[in-house]
Amino acid sequence: MNKKIKFIQGNDVCVEAALYAGLEFFAGYPITPSTEIAEQMANRLPMIGGKFLQMEDEISSLCAIIGASLTGHKVMTATSGPGFSLMQEALGYAVMTEIPCVIVNVMRGGPSTGLPTHAGQGDVNQTRYGIHGDHSIIVLTASNHQDIFQMTVEAFNFAETYRTPVILLLDEMTGHLREKIDIPESGSIRLVKRLRTAVKSGIDYHPYLPREDGRLPMSDFGDEHRYNVTGLYHDMWGFPSDNPKIVYGLIRHLVDKIENNSHQIARFRKYHVKDAEVLLISYGASARSALHLVENRRRRGEKLGLLELQTLWPFPSDIVREVCKEVKFTVVVEMNMGQVLQQVRLAVDAPEKIFLANRIDGELITPTDIRNILRVIQGKGV
Amino acid sequence: MAVKDYIRERFFPYMWCAGCGHGIILNGLLRAVENLGLNKKDMVMVSGIGCSARISGYVDFHSMHTIHGRALAFATGIKMSKPELNVIVPMGDGDALAIGGNHFIHAARRNIEMTAIVMNNQIYGMTGGQFSPLSGYGAMGTTAPYGNIDHAFDVVDLAVAAGATFVARTTTYHVHELSDLIQQAIVHKGFSVLEVLSQCPTHFGRRNKIGDAVDMLKMYKNRTVRIGSDKKKADPDLIERGVFVKKDLPEYCREYDQLILKAGQKK
Repeated sequence: MNKKIKFIQGNDVCVEAALYAGLEFFAGYPITPSTEIAEQMANRLPMIGGKFLQMEDEISSLCAIIGASLTGHKVMTATSGPGFSLMQEALGYAVMTEIPCVIVNVMRGGPSTGLPTHAGQGDVNQTRYGIHGDHSIIVLTASNHQDIFQMTVEAFNFAETYRTPVILLLDEMTGHLREKIDIPESGSIRLVKRLRTAVKSGIDYHPYLPREDGRLPMSDFGDEHRYNVTGLYHDMWGFPSDNPKIVYGLIRHLVDKIENNSHQIARFRKYHVKDAEVLLISYGASARSALHLVENRRRRGEKLGLLELQTLWPFPSDIVREVCKEVKFTVVVEMNMGQVLQQVRLAVDAPEKIFLANRIDGELITPTDIRNILRVIQGKGV
Repeated sequence: MAVKDYIRERFFPYMWCAGCGHGIILNGLLRAVENLGLNKKDMVMVSGIGCSARISGYVDFHSMHTIHGRALAFATGIKMSKPELNVIVPMGDGDALAIGGNHFIHAARRNIEMTAIVMNNQIYGMTGGQFSPLSGYGAMGTTAPYGNIDHAFDVVDLAVAAGATFVARTTTYHVHELSDLIQQAIVHKGFSVLEVLSQCPTHFGRRNKIGDAVDMLKMYKNRTVRIGSDKKKADPDLIERGVFVKKDLPEYCREYDQLILKAGQKK
């Protein structure tokens, strides 16, 4: 038997994938339902000479990995709702200073302490809008173990490519679910290495002067180039500036480097979308139920399709608009009050044809739940 | 290497007020680094937010101006991921002991090798003179217009109790002692805490009727004594200066190296 096949939790898949991607430094704080990630990191990282730190809270966990990223390492932290709330200021710092890092949020029910051991998808908007100030950010998600692996690796790749924090938004259900994972052979998924400056020692290095393609080559703390990093608006030297031209240039750069590449960042799966009359749009654990329903109804000849989103932010509006054009109506399936629903309605030409199938009681939305909503919309009764 | 080679001249003059003590601390630090003959490439300075935090921009080290209170957490990530670096973390009193109090005690508890300098001016200067956890009972501030009813931390006692393995105190009046203690703190293999009383004539001195910068420096001269001085017995309110604790205990990064060896055997 191929020993690369494992039967493990989604959280453990995330660990396998992070190590595959070259993770060397992890700092975290225990919180349900993400704790298994920290536990596995504590076990695995020192085996390969990496470092695991249990910090005093989630704030310091994110701060520590940002520091470690600056010395040239691939870094990650993992948390859940309350911890993710605490991380917002440091997250904004990573956005402003353009320091690559991956933050896993294994969603639970909220707000506040909420439902620590139950599923929820209520953090979609927080990942996009949690920090103060204008910005853009990359948020990925996945519904099954093979995709959790892929998206975790992609999260590290995007973090390096765009010099930005990337949020991997999992949920309690997929995080704790055990299913088969076929660990990809080393080298079968492309890994993005950190882009380092070619500027030689003794020649001025401008840490915040983007190349023509918008990318900023980095220099590790401890190498020859010494520069300043600050959360204030800063010039090409990394020194604080309130010059309106510099402020304008930096905010445009921070937003544009992600929004202008949204088509490159968009990850999604289409199931029976081509001839679909009714479309489901879903992600994470909810997409498992949506897919089950689609496959089930297809066997009975009903033309159902599913667009599973794996990139939540920047929101793939063009793709959503395109697939919604040809269908009679669309149902967004999620476990919140309609956070992705709002985005879909903004993206499409006919928002009145977009409906919501949700559950907000801590239980996984089932295929039957979705089917019941479809029946109501189709006028077939409950 | 001359002291001027350790600064980024491009970014001067600095933004501190006339008479501020923080420039004296910068001077003491640069002289300490010069005396030790340290290579700039190996030096990292991580600061938080506030007047004190601006110090990191002025030194020609790898420098990081972070978020309020969390400098030690960022520094912990840097040190752990590259232990050969020499990490210095200057913090203000509010930065280190109010918003950053938790990180302060936990960094001390871990005994991770870095130099924490508490630039204690007893006030939030940058926001205009609010009382801090080191202002002291009865002090006046814009948020203590009737006199402060909060009691102050003793930074030295707190650092010792939390497990720091080098703990010292001095003032901006005692410039040679300042530079000497920073040197000792830098070479110490463990978590070092140095409290430096630093005058803020603009906010603390003025609001508390102590006078200008010179008056405040005179106060540091007259109201502090070396540890063990007889004067302290006669006047218990005098503040002691010097090295309170200096001990060798296992350092965090070296402990982690041992842990890696253990994990390697398990593999």
